[in-house]
Amino acid sequence: MAIARTETATLFAEGAVSTLRLIVYLAIAVVLMVLDHRGGYLQLLRHTGSALVEPVYRLAAFPADVARATRTAVATQDKLASENRELREALLLAQARLNRLDTVVAQNARLKDLLDAQKNLGLSVQFARLIDVDLDPFRHRIVLDVGANQKVAVGQPVIDAHGVMGQIVELLPNTAVAMLITDPTHAIPVVDERSGVRTIAYGSGAIDRLELPNVPISADVKVGDKLLTSGLGGRFPAGFPVGEVREVKNDQSGMFAAATARPAAALDRSGEVLLLQDQVQPYGPPPPLDAMGPPADLAGPAPAPATAPAPSAPESTP
Amino acid sequence: MNRTRAQGWLFGGSLAIAFLLQLMPLPQLLLPMKPYWVGLVLIYWAIEMPERVGLGFAFLFGLAGDILTGELLGEQALRLVVLAFIVLRFRARLRFFPMWQQALALLALLLNDRIVMLMVRGFSGEAMPSALYWVAPVIGMLMWPFVFLLIDDLRTRLRGSEPR
Repeated sequence: MAIARTETATLFAEGAVSTLRLIVYLAIAVVLMVLDHRGGYLQLLRHTGSALVEPVYRLAAFPADVARATRTAVATQDKLASENRELREALLLAQARLNRLDTVVAQNARLKDLLDAQKNLGLSVQFARLIDVDLDPFRHRIVLDVGANQKVAVGQPVIDAHGVMGQIVELLPNTAVAMLITDPTHAIPVVDERSGVRTIAYGSGAIDRLELPNVPISADVKVGDKLLTSGLGGRFPAGFPVGEVREVKNDQSGMFAAATARPAAALDRSGEVLLLQDQVQPYGPPPPLDAMGPPADLAGPAPAPATAPAPSAPESTP
Repeated sequence: MNRTRAQGWLFGGSLAIAFLLQLMPLPQLLLPMKPYWVGLVLIYWAIEMPERVGLGFAFLFGLAGDILTGELLGEQALRLVVLAFIVLRFRARLRFFPMWQQALALLALLLNDRIVMLMVRGFSGEAMPSALYWVAPVIGMLMWPFVFLLIDDLRTRLRGSEPR
């Protein structure tokens, strides 16, 4: 029986809804999704509407901020004092370690000079705070309070004190969205600190687990091994902690060992994060020196690599 | 005059609060259990005020949601249009269900919504979410009586303050 077509049914359903309109709207939605999937118009739209979007984020995060502020305000002096002491000890320890590292860095720089290597390990970072909103519990995204106006760029690695958290995937003028390494669509090239085995760590969709589905069976990966970024792929600089192997077992096909790891970063607890400035070592062969090219004022669009301006500068002066 | 304006404020306010609740952070453990607030509030208004909440409204509302939280433009629009269509179709029955039956119908609606969402995400090439994905509709069902009674109560209060 056709439900809404008859006279009485219209009286009850008030004729507000017809299948044709449903189909039209569904079609529009599907077309929008396909277009967006291909072209990424949503980001453009969000960027345009950021004057509206960003305040809403701040507003949604407000109650949690207030709760946190209240908690700090009513925390007993005892607790604060002990926390302060702990932090001071941690700082002391870190300071001592840093001092020792300084000499190592200096030594390293000397050796590198000898080797004529051009990489530098200087760490230039930008501080950012989390805006505590939840975009979707099944996508691991965090919102940060810096954006395009603060010179953040898409692809910048996000770290905290303990390790790599993720990377920036979307920019609004004063807000940025970062994808965590545990997002199911995220993958990060890692290297086993102990044995040097290289593999890829995929997000699992659970905040405390990374999957390493394709480790060769013969590879030397053991429970407790630390995983560092390998620097391959050119997105994350090498040597940052990513996680710790928790379990190694055979996968279903028996061809690979499948390991799981626990992320090193406090993904669900960090309130402040650091954005690494772009300083990834370029992979592949070094870019050709274009000292023979046209004058510098014509070579506008290509951002010159750090070594390029020196040879081309004399040409532009006369 | 004043009454209709107050009703309008309630209408807009409840929808805005639904968005804020949707964005509101929760402890990590509770995060997968967050019900689809936007959907719940839209269902309420589709049942109570179908002359305002048509398919077109659901669509535009969903687009707004996509701009706020979305990954894919049109995803929430599609979900809300489907929700609104089913609710409007069965509105006559849904309205007069006792609360527990209504809540069960809500569970079916929200599960259907999850399936629609899974389809959309599957097509756009995302991984299958974990089993916790299916918890949210149940929580949504449990929340429905509260949402319904709260908004209903506010509405009757607004109406009651005026002489009839």
